[in-house]
Amino acid sequence: MAVDAQAPSRGFLGASFRTCPETGLKVCSQAEALIKVNAVVAVVFLAVGGFFGLLVALTRWPAVHLLPADWFYLLLTAHGADVLLFWIVFFEVAVLYFASAIILNCRLAAPKFAWLAFVLMVVGAVLANVAVLQGESSVMFTSYVPMQAAPHFYLGLIVFAVGTLIAVCCFFGTLVIAREERSYEGSVPLVTFGAITAAIIAVFTLASGAIILIPTFLWSIGYISHIDPLMYKIIWWGMGHASQQINVSAQVAIWYAVAAMLLGAKPLSEKVSRMAFLMYILFLQLASAHHLLVEPGVSSEWKIFNTSYALYLAVLGSMIHGMSIPGAMEAAQRRNGFNNGIFEWLRKAPWGNPAFSGTMLSIVIFGFLGGITGVIMGTEQLNLIMHNTLYVPGHFHATVVGGTTLAFMAITYLLVPLIFRKEIMFKKIAQWQPYVFGAGISGISLFMMGAGTLGVARRHWDIGFSDAAMSFDYPATAFLMMGLNGISAICAAVGGLMFVLVVVCSVFFGKARTPESIAASPTLPSTGSAETVTTYGSEAHPKLPGTVVLVAVFFVAFVLYYYVNWKYLSEVWPLS
Amino acid sequence: MAISPPENKLWWKEPMSGIEITWVGIAFLWGLVMFGTMVGWHFVGKQNLSNETYRTTPDAFADKVEAMVERFQVREEGDTGVPVVHPTPGSDVYMLGRLWEWWPVLELEKDQTYRLHLSSTDWQHGFSLQPQNINIQVHPGYDFVLTITPDKAGEYAVVCNEFCGIGHHTMVGKIHVVDKK
Repeated sequence: MAVDAQAPSRGFLGASFRTCPETGLKVCSQAEALIKVNAVVAVVFLAVGGFFGLLVALTRWPAVHLLPADWFYLLLTAHGADVLLFWIVFFEVAVLYFASAIILNCRLAAPKFAWLAFVLMVVGAVLANVAVLQGESSVMFTSYVPMQAAPHFYLGLIVFAVGTLIAVCCFFGTLVIAREERSYEGSVPLVTFGAITAAIIAVFTLASGAIILIPTFLWSIGYISHIDPLMYKIIWWGMGHASQQINVSAQVAIWYAVAAMLLGAKPLSEKVSRMAFLMYILFLQLASAHHLLVEPGVSSEWKIFNTSYALYLAVLGSMIHGMSIPGAMEAAQRRNGFNNGIFEWLRKAPWGNPAFSGTMLSIVIFGFLGGITGVIMGTEQLNLIMHNTLYVPGHFHATVVGGTTLAFMAITYLLVPLIFRKEIMFKKIAQWQPYVFGAGISGISLFMMGAGTLGVARRHWDIGFSDAAMSFDYPATAFLMMGLNGISAICAAVGGLMFVLVVVCSVFFGKARTPESIAASPTLPSTGSAETVTTYGSEAHPKLPGTVVLVAVFFVAFVLYYYVNWKYLSEVWPLS
Repeated sequence: MAISPPENKLWWKEPMSGIEITWVGIAFLWGLVMFGTMVGWHFVGKQNLSNETYRTTPDAFADKVEAMVERFQVREEGDTGVPVVHPTPGSDVYMLGRLWEWWPVLELEKDQTYRLHLSSTDWQHGFSLQPQNINIQVHPGYDFVLTITPDKAGEYAVVCNEFCGIGHHTMVGKIHVVDKK
């Protein structure tokens, strides 16, 4: 180790290592540099896209109605692309490099290609943004044909996807090198396993994107005369929805990682947790159907099988993680000495550490607000009373923002000291940040779903219909919901700004970590009896009463809300 | 820990803890129940989406809509004078989505069954019947046939909830449901 740390650098693209003073891991300089640049660019897109999101929410607040219609649709398109695609994928590439090169103690494969990937991704993302901001591509992120965007909108997305694919290949290459060079013993760690899941789904996703976006690009420049709108949707959502499963896999891997790093948690059972990830690989791609449940030309049999991920087997995977992670935390905390009553382990968890609080909020928001509503909306008949209403963005803001984004923010609080080797600045702001952001995003999600239940359309500039030839009024409650949504969006934007402030200041102006500061405030707290934690898992058959209660509450909420929606459905016009 | 390789290299031979076995069992069964509910609703439920779709073209569909309007128009409605049709109960009725209107206005009789054809002549639109909150996607080139039975009288709006360009938010249509004459 020590020798590696002093190994001479082999130039810009050569592999050199340092030894991490906190974890003892060997850190490849190329991997470290690439994690840094990808994470920084990710945060830039988060800031830009998040700002657009605030403007969109303020426009949908009827009393404010900030933007004119053309700007609203333009910025809504940019908001979707910047946060749903660019922020998340740049960060995921950083996570992939971390889960391969860093966790496996290995050099990064083909760093030149990894840099090429980064450049292509930046070029693609900027090109797509330019296309949208020029105003000729306000087609929404989904860009459903036959509505047409400027050719460089599609081209930007294609270049971005190619770059991402190269980055994923570098990840797989790193796994091969680690295996060849025996940089770890036995099987890969669970977190890496989760990242592999994400990467495999990413390949499927990027392939779907290429299959549909390349012909669409050719159509936009006149080489192809017609793209079938239904076929476009089926394949586009093979990218659009499956890419959200990359997020799920990455964020679950992060949940396991943070639980391990901060509490010393070990999965209750490696076998069960890995099986749950395997379920994702096998079944999550079927989710394209979630967007086709009220479409013509697709049969009920196809809809039922695909929308349920074949008997809900991918949902089963998520439900397993939903128990396994709190269970692992409880087991670890009880072994750490918090063994009184049902919930002492939870009460005395490090709630003041934003990495922990962010992770916990991510789990709760994703599970309760995002997961349950996703399954319900993905039920063939129930989709009839939700499709394209604000219920849809309400749901996915809980999954993608409350779940994925908050998880990414949480681990950033560990990456700054470990990878950037800087002290976190403004510790108080950092401490409050996950709560402010989490509260805002929960409000956004709940109020949009509330408005959607009342029928309010998504992607709609004026729910007062003031310019329409025919009049219609949504219920007054819907207007109230949109106002509360606007207030929640301001809260979330403040939380996002706090994150950007803390991270940018820490990375660029923060004090470097020194051996003294590491000793004074270790990023990874000593969890006391780390040895015993590892044996408190499966073999010991731990008693986890707190987790049992939490999971029971979740399950009851799930079942009740599921059947409440069937009740709503049974009240609308009979149709067949 | 989850960030280091499993200590037990034969991790797949470790026994599962009881709490995990129980939860996996419950979650799996719940999945079967939800799957069964979806299938079962096709037999016992009254709200199921049709599987009847035909290929069409914008012109062919527009011709059918115009034929219906010619035959069944009873009056005009709205600032732009959209025709209102009152078709024979049980017949085929048509509604066309285009930039940026739903055309024509339908007047249907309560508790009568109609075959409602939906299509678009340009981009995709979203048929969102309010305040019922029934939402159906409308594609150009596909004639989607739904058998509907309006069971409450009243005035219903058809809002477009698929983004269709700068006039999207002005695209509102109407369906009136009246008691039998």
